Amino acid sequence: MVLVFVMSADKFKDRHGFWTNTIAREEYILKGNSSCPGCTAMIALRHIFKAAGPDTFVLVGACCAVVCEGVYPNTCMALPTLDTAFACTAAMASGVRAAVTDRGINVIAIAGDGGTVDIGIQALSGAIERNTDFLYVCYDNEAYGNTGMQRSGSTPFGASTTTTPFGKKEDKKDIAAIVGAHNIPYMATACPSYPMDLERKVKRALSIEGPKFLHVLTPCPPGWRISADKGVEVGRLAVRSCSFFLYEMENRELFMSKPSIDAMKNPIPLRDYLSVQGRFSRMSEEDMKLAQEKVNANIAYYREVCGI
Amino acid sequence: MGDIIEIRFHSRGGQGGATAAKILGMAAFFDGKYSTSLSVYGAERRGAALISGTRISDTEIRRYSSIKSPDYVVILDPVLVEISDVTEGTNEDTIFLMNNGGECPLVLEDYILYSVDATSISLDLGLKVAGMPVLNTPMLGALARLGIVKQSSLKRAIRKIYADTRNIRASEMAYERVVKVQNRRSILEESEELEEEAYERLEEAV
Amino acid sequence: MMAECVEEEETSVYVTGCEAAARAVIIAKPSVVAAYPITPQTEIVEKLSLFIGEGRHDCQFIAVESEHSALSACIGAASCGARTFTATSSHGLLYMAEMLYWAAIARLPIVMANANRALASGWNIWADHIDSLSQRDAGWIQFYTSTVQEVYDTILIAFRVAENEGVMLPVMVNLDGFLLTHINQPLRLVDETLYQEEFLDEINVPHALNLDSPHTLGTLISPSDNYRVQHDRKLGMERAKDVIKEAERDFLRLFGREYHPVMEYRSDDAEVLLLGMGTLAKEAEDAVDMMRFRGIKAGLLRLRQIRPFPDDEIIDAISRSPAEKLVIIDRDYSPGSGGILSQEVKTRLYDAGIVKEIVNVIAGVGGQDVSAEDMMEMVELERGEHWWGI
Repeated sequence: MVLVFVMSADKFKDRHGFWTNTIAREEYILKGNSSCPGCTAMIALRHIFKAAGPDTFVLVGACCAVVCEGVYPNTCMALPTLDTAFACTAAMASGVRAAVTDRGINVIAIAGDGGTVDIGIQALSGAIERNTDFLYVCYDNEAYGNTGMQRSGSTPFGASTTTTPFGKKEDKKDIAAIVGAHNIPYMATACPSYPMDLERKVKRALSIEGPKFLHVLTPCPPGWRISADKGVEVGRLAVRSCSFFLYEMENRELFMSKPSIDAMKNPIPLRDYLSVQGRFSRMSEEDMKLAQEKVNANIAYYREVCGI
Repeated sequence: MGDIIEIRFHSRGGQGGATAAKILGMAAFFDGKYSTSLSVYGAERRGAALISGTRISDTEIRRYSSIKSPDYVVILDPVLVEISDVTEGTNEDTIFLMNNGGECPLVLEDYILYSVDATSISLDLGLKVAGMPVLNTPMLGALARLGIVKQSSLKRAIRKIYADTRNIRASEMAYERVVKVQNRRSILEESEELEEEAYERLEEAV
Repeated sequence: MMAECVEEEETSVYVTGCEAAARAVIIAKPSVVAAYPITPQTEIVEKLSLFIGEGRHDCQFIAVESEHSALSACIGAASCGARTFTATSSHGLLYMAEMLYWAAIARLPIVMANANRALASGWNIWADHIDSLSQRDAGWIQFYTSTVQEVYDTILIAFRVAENEGVMLPVMVNLDGFLLTHINQPLRLVDETLYQEEFLDEINVPHALNLDSPHTLGTLISPSDNYRVQHDRKLGMERAKDVIKEAERDFLRLFGREYHPVMEYRSDDAEVLLLGMGTLAKEAEDAVDMMRFRGIKAGLLRLRQIRPFPDDEIIDAISRSPAEKLVIIDRDYSPGSGGILSQEVKTRLYDAGIVKEIVNVIAGVGGQDVSAEDMMEMVELERGEHWWGI
């Protein structure tokens, strides 16, 4: 899985001059971690840490990633790592950053969607407002995965979970917009199905001083009821159906990422994304239509914002 | 368990009653004594009636309970005589100091009462905070005159708390202007003194 | 200019308990302070942000958005080896509850001041020990203070105890809300250089995160390992007993003020013993003197720490005194059980095979005004639980 391309061509540099075609050889998530087969969150974290490099302090909120680290005395983490309580990941990151003042050292906080959009939102808001110099990564599997898939504020409309057995009636909380409202210097959305895009965004984020936020959609095979080898593919379907947009925001200016620009020009039907997942199997035709309309409205909105 | 002098301040939020207790305590501390000062706080509200107190002693004070029988009662705002129980726990030896023009309110007829017009002193000096005249520093000046603390220590304490030197001036003016109020108690004392004198004269004659 | 010169030479000042706490913290030089305002603790944080802002000490002040985050930020910083401090009270302490346990289990030497205050419903901002006593099992060392001087001295001692290699536990220094936080008293300052050079070493958290040998703190743990970790924490708490006494001895040697886990007052020949914590137990000294004046041989034991509980000292003090009656004053209450301090003491008496007549008085809760004169009446009460004034 270690891919190393070395090509000196400008087309592999992004608009900031970062190489977009190299992935570091070093592994910071070691083999033998205890994640479920096909876990895309661990793929995402693997790329995030590769992009960040060895001078990185990591905080992991209460979420699947803690379980994936393994059981004491084992750990899959090759970076100094502090596991935190559910509500306080961002606050603890403020503390770590106060103790680790060297700008050359990264502080990255990792939390799931529940730990970010629900129980951890207050601490996250506070840390951003205080201008904590750190990168906060929310990997979003759209439910409380660790406890057996209960609904979270980030669960999408129509999805069945163990606490919404007949499908969720409410919409997914727009965490990116909430974070964006803090005037954060940098934020981006990403998906491990596009690892180069993900790594580039991590590098860009870490080059900026102040709070940074990364929202990563991570399909969860057991939770979304897809087979273990389909996680990456379903992530692509999410982007291609415009159910999830990949973009960056710097100082309130939005830059749509290439995969989403392509998708917006010719989106696949939402049904193609939803119908491959067991969690949407109870969705009615009517709801399916309603969900598609919501996606269409989002496409129209972003077309206008980005002039596409 | 040495003798403790207890001073109780009645004021309204924003008039500096809590700080008055602190400055007095600090002045006693500068005098080389032990002192404690504390306000009975509620939530912080401007205008609400507030009680604060200072205890002064030559030895360590171990008391935290409220002042039950004050030796001195200082009233920063004359209206408090109407709305608060300013005589609570007092006895015939309790000395009252009031901010007014020298009148004696009915409830204080039977007490030893001193008066100083702190409001006028501050207004004359233009000494105001948030539009309200500063009342605590002139009242403390008057208290120093009553001999609780040295005037020099008081001035040092005021300087420590307030940057505005007009506070010192206000305390000096009040020190000069404080008067003993003529009331039933003093008339009584006077007549007792006269009686005594007459008796003594009588004895001499005998 | 003159005033500033005088300021620098001062060896004693007239300040509140809150300011004394802040002054002590600045001398101990933490590198991270995180706090959230709550009455009656707020002045500690205000003074600290003022001192740090004035540049008296190079420290990061994190103005967090909740108490939960205040302690979390301290935990984050302490996990990287930083000396940290926070302050809270009442609801703030309970809002931290999850992280209180976390800090102790993670063996982080955080020091915190807690202004003891009652709990709502029905907002009450006055003194009550229930906030900290409700957290007595969290694994924090807990001190209770009774004067402005003691607040200052105990915080100075707390950093050394917390950071002792064999202890590595967080320390909570409790001071009664308003009665101590807001009272002004004379305060003797310590020689800062002497403190920094002779009393408190550089902080060294052996398990601190670092880049040289990356490790993970706080991952999943099996029942058998968790059991071992809990046992190790118990050993740390036990070692703290001697470390506290040693620190108190050194403090006396260097700064001339004497503290013990149990402060005894005229107890050696007492026929009745009062027992309590905080300011109430300080005022009780007046009650003892007044009773003695009237021919009643009274004495007093004031507990300065409830965790680790000073078993040996309390048993020693009680057995040395001929008193048959123990009047334990609780500024707290555990509904359905009784006064917490009283239960703690009774447990130790049972273990030591000592039988006494125990009077448990619930007094001063919610800021109830209790005086030395009241305490003189308490010694007349009979065995059992009594609610003062009801």
